[in-house]
Amino acid sequence: MATITFEKAQRWYPGADVPAVPGIDLEIRDGEFMVLVGPSGCGKSTTLRMLAGLEEVNSGKIFIGDRDITNLPPKDRDIAMVFQNYALYPHMTVAENMGFALKMAKIPAAEREKRVQEAAEILGLVEFLDRKPKALSGGQRQRVAMGRAIVRSPQVFCMDEPLSNLDAKMRVQTRTDIAKLQADLGVTTVYVTHDQVEAMTMGDRVAVMKLGELQQVDTPLGLYDRPVNLFVAGFIGSPQMNLLEATAQEGQAKIGDYLVPVDETAAKKMKGNITVGVRPEAWRIVSENEGGLPVRVTVVEELGADAFVYGSSGVAGTPNNIIVRVTGRDKVHKGETIHVTTDPHHVHVFDTATGERLSD
Amino acid sequence: MSDRMDAVMVAEGAHSEKAQRRQYKRTPGLMADGRRRSWTAIVTMVLLSVLWTVPTVGLLVASFRTRDDTVASGWWTAVFNPFEAGWTLDNYERVFQGSDLGEGFVNSVVVAIPATVIPILFAAFAAYAFTFMNFRGKDVLFILIVALLVVPIQVAFQPLLNLLGPRGVGISGDYLAVWLLHTGFGMPLAIYTIRNYMTTLPRTVIESAKIDGASHFQTFWRLILPMSVPVLAAFAILQFLWVWNDLLIAKLFLSKNPTVIVELQGLLGAQGQGKELLTAGAFVSMVLPMLVFFTLQRYFVRGLTAGAVKG
Amino acid sequence: MTVGQRDSGTATPESQPLAGVPRFNPVRFGVGVVGIVAVVWLMLNIFLAFGIRPDLFLDSKLIIGVVAVVVGVGGAVVFFYFLNMIVEGLPDRLSRTVMPYAYILPGLGLVGLMLIYPTIQTIQFSFADKRSERYVGFENYRYIFSNDEFQQSLINNLLWLLIVPAVTVVVGIAVAVLADKLSTRGEKVAKSTIFLPMAISFVGASTIWGTLVYDYSVGEKQTGLLNAVWTTLGGTAQTWLQIPTGRLNSMLLMVILIWLQVGFAMILLSSAIKGVPEDTVEAARIDGASEVQIFARIVIPQIKGTIITVFITVLILVLKVFDIVYVLTNGRFETNVIANLFFNELFANGQAGRASAIVVILLLAITPVLIYQVRHFRAEEQNA
Repeated sequence: MATITFEKAQRWYPGADVPAVPGIDLEIRDGEFMVLVGPSGCGKSTTLRMLAGLEEVNSGKIFIGDRDITNLPPKDRDIAMVFQNYALYPHMTVAENMGFALKMAKIPAAEREKRVQEAAEILGLVEFLDRKPKALSGGQRQRVAMGRAIVRSPQVFCMDEPLSNLDAKMRVQTRTDIAKLQADLGVTTVYVTHDQVEAMTMGDRVAVMKLGELQQVDTPLGLYDRPVNLFVAGFIGSPQMNLLEATAQEGQAKIGDYLVPVDETAAKKMKGNITVGVRPEAWRIVSENEGGLPVRVTVVEELGADAFVYGSSGVAGTPNNIIVRVTGRDKVHKGETIHVTTDPHHVHVFDTATGERLSD
Repeated sequence: MSDRMDAVMVAEGAHSEKAQRRQYKRTPGLMADGRRRSWTAIVTMVLLSVLWTVPTVGLLVASFRTRDDTVASGWWTAVFNPFEAGWTLDNYERVFQGSDLGEGFVNSVVVAIPATVIPILFAAFAAYAFTFMNFRGKDVLFILIVALLVVPIQVAFQPLLNLLGPRGVGISGDYLAVWLLHTGFGMPLAIYTIRNYMTTLPRTVIESAKIDGASHFQTFWRLILPMSVPVLAAFAILQFLWVWNDLLIAKLFLSKNPTVIVELQGLLGAQGQGKELLTAGAFVSMVLPMLVFFTLQRYFVRGLTAGAVKG
Repeated sequence: MTVGQRDSGTATPESQPLAGVPRFNPVRFGVGVVGIVAVVWLMLNIFLAFGIRPDLFLDSKLIIGVVAVVVGVGGAVVFFYFLNMIVEGLPDRLSRTVMPYAYILPGLGLVGLMLIYPTIQTIQFSFADKRSERYVGFENYRYIFSNDEFQQSLINNLLWLLIVPAVTVVVGIAVAVLADKLSTRGEKVAKSTIFLPMAISFVGASTIWGTLVYDYSVGEKQTGLLNAVWTTLGGTAQTWLQIPTGRLNSMLLMVILIWLQVGFAMILLSSAIKGVPEDTVEAARIDGASEVQIFARIVIPQIKGTIITVFITVLILVLKVFDIVYVLTNGRFETNVIANLFFNELFANGQAGRASAIVVILLLAITPVLIYQVRHFRAEEQNA
C-alpha cells in the first residue's frame, strides 16, 4: 500500500527568515494522482522534494505506506522522479538512461534489458533506444524521462512540472498520456505544477498551496464549486472568478444599487465588508428594469461557441474588468451597457478581511 | 504520438535552410551564407595570416637546408628558388645523433602525460566538491583558489628547491618532482576552470542520479566526468602545452632528465651552433604540441569558451 | 520552487536526509586504509627505483617512461578509489561531512605544499641572507632598490605591461572581427594561422625569431629577415637585439610574445563577438547606427567582460615574462626584466635573499590584480 502521509513536515532553508514550508499535513491515497498547485514560491516543489529526499525535512515526518522515510536517502525510498528539464544524462543512450537506476541497484543485465524494453514499448520509444537525448524531440525526451521513472516500478512517482518545457500543443497531448499511463499503472503520483488547468485536468485530487500552507485539498470540481477561501477562488478557474466587494446589511449583500442574491448560510453569517465571487458563466443577462448589475462592455472575445464579455460597472468596489460568459453569437457589442445578475447557489461569499468562505 | 510531426518539422527546417543558401549562391557579391563579401576583411586577413605564418614557415624551410646554403643566403631564397636550393635531412640526423634532443623528446613525453592527467583528476574531484557539495569553508577555500590564479610560480622556487632537493626529500631531478610541481602549479587554474564549467551543468541531473541510487563516487565517474569532457579536454591541451613548453621548472627540477625544451635552450646558448641545427632542433621540439593542438583544436575552443571564461 | 530558494545554495544534494542506518563499516574502512597505504608505498618505491635501480627497467628510458606514465596516472586513479572507500566506510553522518574534504584534499594539499607554503617561506627568505641562514632585516630590499639593474628591470617590466596586453587585445579584436566577415572556410583557415603560434614554446619562438628574423650576419649577405628587408630598403645591417635606443630591442622581444598570444585572445574574443545577440545589432541598425557606431556602442559593451578577462590573463603572463629575455639576451643591452633578474640572482649569483626580495616585489606588484580578480569573481557569483 503506497499511501503517502505528510505529518507536519517542515522545510526551513538555512539563513531564511521564514520556513519555505512551515509544516504540511497531507494524506495521499494509494494509487491516487495528487496535484500540488500554486503560484511560484508557494512551497509546492519544496514539498515534493521533501518527499523525494532532495530536501531535508527539518521537523515532522513523511511516510510512504507504513514506512517512515523522513530520513532515508532518495534511493531507499522506492520513488522515481520526473524533472522539469528531464535531467537526462546527455552522454548515455535512451536505453542507458532508462536502465541507469537499475544498474545502480545492481540488477542483472538481462533483467535490466527486459524491463527497459517493456517500458519502451509502453511509451513507444523502442525505435529510439539507441539514440542519445540530443537526437530526440522535446516530446520524446519527456517520454524518456517518464520511461526512466517507470522502469523502476516504484511505489511513488514524483513529477516536478514535467510539461513546462513542451510547447502548448505537445503539452495538451502529453497531459492526457501521463494521466492515462498513471491510471493504467496505478502508481501513487504526486505532481507539481503552477498551471491550474493542468491541475484540474489531471488530478484525482488537487492540493492548492500558498506561502507554504495548504489552502484546500479537494477534487477538481470540489475546488471549482466550493473554494474555501478567496485565494482558491481566484486561483482556480480560467477566466478568473469575478470577485466583487460588497457590504452586508441585515442579510443582504449590496454592490451599489445591486442586490446580490446569496444563499441562506451566507446570509446568516455575513456582516460588514464581504467579497462575493461569481464565475463568468454564472451570470445571466437581464433587462435593465430587472435590477441587475450594469456592465459597460469594453471588449468582446468571440470564441465561436460562446463569448467572453469584459466590462466595468463603475460602481465602487467592483474590479475594472467584470467577465461575463455569454452563449450564442452577436448578442453583446462593444460600447453597450448590459445588466447581469445571478442565482444564490452560484454566489460564493467570502469575508473580505479573513478571506474565509461564508456561503454553504 | 506527434514524433512524426516533429521529425517532419525538423526535416522541413533543414530543407528550407538549404534552399535559402542555394538562393544566396546565385547572387554575385554575396557569400554562400548570404552575407556580403568584405574585401577589406579578406585583404587584411590574408596579410595578417601571411605575417603570422612567415616565421614558422621559415623555420620549417631553414631546417631542411644544407649548411652551406644557410650561411650563404637567407631561408627565403630557398622558397623563391626551390629547385636551385640544397635540400637535406642531415640536420635532423645530426640533431638526433649529435645531441641529446632525442632523449629530451622522450623525457618531455614522460613528463607531460602524467603532469597533464594527474592535475586534471585531482582538480576534477575538487571541482566536483566545490560545485555539488556543501561544506564548511567552501567559499573561503574557493576564493583562495581564485587568488592563487595570479600568484607567480617564481615565489615557490627557492623553498621548493630546498624541500625537494638533497637537503629535503631528495627527489629533485626525478620525474616525480616535476609531476608534483606541475600538478601543484596547474591546480588553481584547473579547479577554477573545471568548476566554472560544472556549475553550468543542470543540477537536476545530479538530483536524478541521487534518486537513481548513485553514490557521489559513481555520480562523479559515470555522469559528471563524461559530461565535463569539453572542459577537461580544453584544460588538458592547455596544461600539456604549458608542461611541454616549460623551461623554468624543467631546468631547475629535472636536471637528471632534461626535456627537449631545455636541450634546445642549451643548443641555443652554446656558441657556434649553426642555424640549420637550431632550426631542426626547434622544429623537433614543436612538432608534438602542434600536432596535439591542431587535432584537438575544436575541443580546446569549445571548452575554453564554454565554461572557462564567463562573460 | 522559486528561483530564489533553489539558488540559495542549500538545495544542493548535500542538504539531504541521511542515509538509513548510520553505521560504521569497518571492512570498507579497513580495506580503504590498507589500499591507500599500499598504493602510495608502491608508487613511491617505483618512482625511486627509476633513479636508484634503472637496471630493473633494462636501463631503457622508454620503458621507464611507459612505466612512469602508467603508474603515475593509474596510481592517482586507484588512490581516489581507496580514498572514497575509506570515507564511504565511515558512519553515515560523518561520511557526509568528510566526503567533500576527501575530494578537495589531494588537490588543495598539493596547492598548499607547492604554492602557499613556499610563498610564506619566500617572504621569510627575503629578510634573510644569501643562504637563508640569518635574518638581515630590510637589507635585501635596500640593496635591490639601490641597484641600477633592478630599476632598469622595473622600467622594462612596466613597458611590457603597458604595451603587450593592450596590443594583444586590440589585434585580437581586429582579427576576430575581420575573420568573422570571411566565409566559413576562410575564417577557419585565417584563424588557424593566427592560432598556430599558441602551440609553440617561448624557447622555440625565441629560436625562430632570433635565428630567422632578428639575426645579424657578419659580412654582406644578411640571412636574417629583418636585416634583409632593412638593407633592401637602403639601411645598414644591425644587430637588432643589441640596440637599447628607445628600448628598440625590448620592443622586438615584445613582438615575439604578441605573436604568441594573439591567437589566444582571438579565440575568446571571437566567440564573445559571435555570442552578441544578432537582434541587438539589427535593432541598432534600424535605429540608424553606422557599422562603426554599432561596433563601439553595441558590440564592445557586450564583450567587455571577455576583453577584461583576456587583458588580465595576458597581463599576468607579461608580469612573469622570462624565457624570451633569458634565451635571447639574458637581460643584457638594457632588456632585463624582473623574472630574469630573479633567476640570475638566485642561480648565477647564489643570492637567495635578494632573489626572494625581488620575487616579493613581483608578488606585491601582482596584488592589485589579485584583489580585482577576487572582487570580480565574487560579484559574478552573486549575479549567478
